[in-house]
Amino acid sequence: MPFQKKEFPDKFAALSKEDKVGLLRTMVRIRAFESRVEELFLNRRIPGFVHLYIGEEAIASGVMANLSKNDWITSTHRGHGHAIAKGAQIHRMMAELFGKTTGYCKGKGGSMHIADFSVGMLGANGVVGGGYNIAVGAGMSSMIKKTDQVAVCFFGDGASNRGTFHEAMNIASVWKLPVIFVNENNQWASTTPTSFATSVARIADRAKGYGMEGYTVDGNNVIEVYNAAAALVEAARKGKGPALLECLTYRIKGHYVGDPEKYRTKEEVQKHFTENDPIIRYADWMKGKGLIDDAALATMKAEAEKEVADGEKFAEDSPLPEKEDAYNDLFSFSPSEFPEVVK
Amino acid sequence: MKTITFSQATLEAMREEMQRDPTVFVYGEDIVRQGGIFGQFKGLPEEFPGRVRDVPISETMIVGAALGAALTGTRPVADMHFADFIGVAFDELVNQIAKNRYMFGGQANIPLVIRAPDGIINSAAAQHSQSVEGWVQNIPGLIVVAPSSPATAKGLLKSSIRQNDPVIFFEHKVLYPQKGPVPEEEYLTPIGRAEVRKPGKDVTIVTYSIMVQKCEEAAMELEKEGISVEVIDLLTLKPLDMQTVVDSVKKTHRCVIVHEAVVTGGLGAEIASQVQEKAFFYLDAPVMRVGAKNLPIAFSSVLEKFIAANQDDIKRAVRSVLYREG
Repeated sequence: MPFQKKEFPDKFAALSKEDKVGLLRTMVRIRAFESRVEELFLNRRIPGFVHLYIGEEAIASGVMANLSKNDWITSTHRGHGHAIAKGAQIHRMMAELFGKTTGYCKGKGGSMHIADFSVGMLGANGVVGGGYNIAVGAGMSSMIKKTDQVAVCFFGDGASNRGTFHEAMNIASVWKLPVIFVNENNQWASTTPTSFATSVARIADRAKGYGMEGYTVDGNNVIEVYNAAAALVEAARKGKGPALLECLTYRIKGHYVGDPEKYRTKEEVQKHFTENDPIIRYADWMKGKGLIDDAALATMKAEAEKEVADGEKFAEDSPLPEKEDAYNDLFSFSPSEFPEVVK
Repeated sequence: MKTITFSQATLEAMREEMQRDPTVFVYGEDIVRQGGIFGQFKGLPEEFPGRVRDVPISETMIVGAALGAALTGTRPVADMHFADFIGVAFDELVNQIAKNRYMFGGQANIPLVIRAPDGIINSAAAQHSQSVEGWVQNIPGLIVVAPSSPATAKGLLKSSIRQNDPVIFFEHKVLYPQKGPVPEEEYLTPIGRAEVRKPGKDVTIVTYSIMVQKCEEAAMELEKEGISVEVIDLLTLKPLDMQTVVDSVKKTHRCVIVHEAVVTGGLGAEIASQVQEKAFFYLDAPVMRVGAKNLPIAFSSVLEKFIAANQDDIKRAVRSVLYREG
């Protein structure tokens, strides 16, 4: 899929070795989490729906490395990777997927509603295209309070066809809000190919309609994602307004765990995974530069797997909610103050 | 006490809360250049530069952005122009705002107010005349208020802005120019508490918003027939202050619920259900409901008046629960 490349300043080059390794570690941690979650779901240890981020890790890792905990993101139904990259703790995420009280949402949210507000992760979202206006509102907060905080809205190719996209992009441009719209174009909206459902070949082209800058990058190249996000986040922080960044990637797994995937061939999927795995690509690049070796990579993966295993143990050992916990968290006040609320 | 309009009362509430808290801001269509279609924002933009803002005609953004702003340290007030337009942004209200605190395990406060001018006015027809509280009654996670006078408008709006939960503030369009007494000193009207507007002993009328004054007038006329009516102004529609209602019904043994919205599936249905659940053996007559006919609000004033409930309907319902001819 051809696209016009924009050369962003190579901010990546100036990163420390530690930070460069950090980009890889984030991806490896997401992959370890998602791989185990897939197994747990198939073994019926996790209920509900689970949507995996496998193969798209470079986007969350590359974008989030440009944000601080004071910045905000809104996420999608495929939100585990965003949460981990933004700084959410794996054991509390796992506890949430298990429906335990120690989970981020005390077992009230599950996979589609993972959030850690304490690190600026304003929530996964069960409604496709539900995050745009929340990100716009966060941008408004930054404007009203005159801070330099930035909001990043992650959204899929399918979500780019929602009406909310239009209203959010327009106001962000008109008010020059510090919001970066990061499109994760993974080629598939559930069972529908992007090319079938979307009026433009490049979603980044839609930015023009809003007088906004729009760029497309290889979303499986973490260096490209990092450099593009660095430029756009910095501009937004300086008050130069929003931008749209389309990151081309591929959804390696089904729409949800358990998806029979009758709409595409196994060969197509396998080709993308073997030729275009963002982790292998970046690890190979780093090896070539002498920034990491096989032993260090193996250690990194083992550490990530241990972190996930520890998280799973924590989740298993954590208590389930009491039935009456259902009454809590609806409002800022206690249900006993207003019994009619939960009559 | 001073005498000001309902519109001025909401303006005073906005001004006081914006002075008190720099994170309060307000946006909506035509509120800066026009001062709001009912003049309810006149002068505010000059007093608070940058914190009173016109927005594009983008209802999903207007409602959805309020959530994002509320989650990130500000207290937005979003004006809907007309309550009818909540329909455009229903997902934002129902699936985002109402669910956020619960779904995420109580991680954040959601201090936002959706101001929604509602009700029948001057042949505004089907898409600009609705009372839509029934739409949101079925959604856990929202607070809904509906003032009936300048004093309650000011006190409830101030409380709504300070509330750390999403509040829908229904303000009836006909009320804006009406004058009424408002305390000179600062005050808050508590959310979740109904008020007895007129004590009585024969029949309880439960009502809110514009219909409060119509019920009070009907009650005065019924006094001449020897009927003593107690009028309860709900003020908060969600959560309902059923204690006040049930206490009154236990005293009068009869209950009529009056609202401008259509009767079917309206708030009256919920209140009637709760009254029979909680005071069945105190009742001496069926609980009656008075509201608009189950039709869209039509344009021609003949049709508009026919569809809406009027004082005669109220009086008839009161007489009927007393088994009097009417």
